[in-house]
Amino acid sequence: MEEFITLSHGAGGRQTADLIGNIFKKHFANKDFTPDDAAVLDLESKKIAFSTDGFIVSPWQFAGGNIGKLSICGTVNDLACMGAKPKYLTCAMVIEEGFKVTDLEAIAASMAATAAEAGVNIVAGDTKVAGKGQVDGIFITTTGVGEIMDGVRTSGALAQVGDAVIVTGDVGRHGCTILLERDEFGIEADVTSDCAPLNQTVEALLLESKDIHVIRDATRGGVGTVLYEICDQSQVGIKLNSEAIPVDDAVKGVCGMLGLEPLYLACEGRLVIFAPQSVAGKLLEVLHRMPYSQNAAIIGEVTSEIGKVIVEHSFGGKTILPQPTGELLPRIC
Amino acid sequence: MSSAVDILRNYSGRKLRIMEVCGTHTHEIFRLGIRSLLSENIELVSGPGCPVCVTPPGFIDSAIELATRHKAIITTFGDLIRVPGSNSSLAGVRKDGAVVKAVYSPLDALDIARSNPDQEVVFLAVGFETTTPSACIAVKKAREENLKNFSILTANKTMPQAYKALQGSADAFLYPGHVHAIIGTGLCEDLTREGVSGVVAGFTAELLVKALSMIVEMSQSGVPFFANAYSSIVKSQGNLAAQKLIADMMQPCDCVWRGLGEIKQSGMALKDEFAGFDAVKKFKLVPGEGRTNPGCRCGEVLRGNCKPCDCPLFGKVCDPLHPVGACMVSGEGACSAFYQYAR
Repeated sequence: MEEFITLSHGAGGRQTADLIGNIFKKHFANKDFTPDDAAVLDLESKKIAFSTDGFIVSPWQFAGGNIGKLSICGTVNDLACMGAKPKYLTCAMVIEEGFKVTDLEAIAASMAATAAEAGVNIVAGDTKVAGKGQVDGIFITTTGVGEIMDGVRTSGALAQVGDAVIVTGDVGRHGCTILLERDEFGIEADVTSDCAPLNQTVEALLLESKDIHVIRDATRGGVGTVLYEICDQSQVGIKLNSEAIPVDDAVKGVCGMLGLEPLYLACEGRLVIFAPQSVAGKLLEVLHRMPYSQNAAIIGEVTSEIGKVIVEHSFGGKTILPQPTGELLPRIC
Repeated sequence: MSSAVDILRNYSGRKLRIMEVCGTHTHEIFRLGIRSLLSENIELVSGPGCPVCVTPPGFIDSAIELATRHKAIITTFGDLIRVPGSNSSLAGVRKDGAVVKAVYSPLDALDIARSNPDQEVVFLAVGFETTTPSACIAVKKAREENLKNFSILTANKTMPQAYKALQGSADAFLYPGHVHAIIGTGLCEDLTREGVSGVVAGFTAELLVKALSMIVEMSQSGVPFFANAYSSIVKSQGNLAAQKLIADMMQPCDCVWRGLGEIKQSGMALKDEFAGFDAVKKFKLVPGEGRTNPGCRCGEVLRGNCKPCDCPLFGKVCDPLHPVGACMVSGEGACSAFYQYAR
């Protein structure tokens, strides 16, 4: 195998076949992985969730993960948020000429490991090579199908006044990690991306109670953006308890120095959940037992003040959560 | 803390106008929801303490001239990039190919100069006593290293003359903690003798509430007052090393403030012995005053004479994505804070 990806790896000939065989088949091997034009699959449920997501993160590897892991988590989490068990994924890669083959293999290995953890099979894929400078390193798109669990209905439009708002862990870690990786500000801090597959977390929650109104994964735009989206979709408001919002000390420090709001920094392994107060405590217990949500917390509740996200501080101060404008950080995921 | 909050909530004396001089105070007071605690007899007005907001359009014009005519790499704190000059902004000329880089410290600008020896690199030095020392350090290092392609375009300002220019705009100042950590509190004590009241404040909820409640209590006597409510950081003599650095390298000059006009001896420029690092002298610039949008009332906002929402452009043609005035650009600007928190 050559050391670097060349245009001929994307030309469809022998070198393409070698690349697929030596990297993708080797790592993604499963009974459904197809050499044909499309995978033919079985599904038990009549109701499926179906989603796609593109990944262009820069740099492609970072503390706590790489673009491969991210590309699996992103789609798996999107499916899980709809109450689905993710079953199958496809992936399309656009690779820049000159990308190191060992790096590509590291990415494929991460994808395989994350897919195995999530219990999904990668069943089909596509590989294209673009000339030097036409893409930056590697871009990945994954598409996934999941089976909706019986009796579950979640949607951003279903939040109800009085619902508890739960976040499944400390906020803003992925965005902060990427910001530090780019080293544009000369700040060093020990922060790791929260990137993780959360389908098993969601399954455990739905096993405890199907009375969950909204599950949304907070990615670009962070938890703050999700809160405003839900306010809009459900025509409600939200009040937050400032002190209850979990933020890692290092993230807090970086945000303080740069004037950023942790609620608007991207996450890649955090869910925002809206559920009746009567089940919120039990859901929190479940979350604290699961591996990626040990500092989950109830951060607020749904109000009838449509479109308003209010932050309350314990000393009595109260203000709206300002909505961000412009691009905080490009190419975060 | 709860008793300080009660003082702010329950105040029923004569109407009290407090000016927060510092842009970070403006922003933190909004972010922490402290305005929601204030009795209706307490009015907070935002002053001129955001360095980006008081930077006149003529300064941006000079920076644009450096970037376009002299092809210099412009390095600057990020907020300045979108501030409108007379005809364009640095963001505008960057789209057309000028090189404008956001840096977090003047020392980062120095790094850029080191790694681009064939190009001129200019750092836009704006700010008060808090940021001036770091610009001095960058110039000092550049001289030590004999770095010929680095210079700074100064719009550094000092607070003393500004306080005098603002005398009468408020009943009391919430003095900026970071500035007084450098210059000390002697000035505030002198101002008390001239009838100006104020309290130095820190930046947490507790420190801000404490300082505001002290202003409320101390104004009851009717006598001009001063107190330091940030004594863990602010010492009466200030930071002597930083003061010496500034005194060694810079000298006072007349300076134009957006909104306040020219204030005599309120700016800082490099001394003649550092002329090679002064972009105005190096590139023979002739800084003008520049033009602002005639509808924009940033100037009055900065003097505390009008609220951002009183400006006809506010929220209509001027918003954080399309700022017309500087107070809308910076996260610390009064218009930006009002737009985000108080619309």
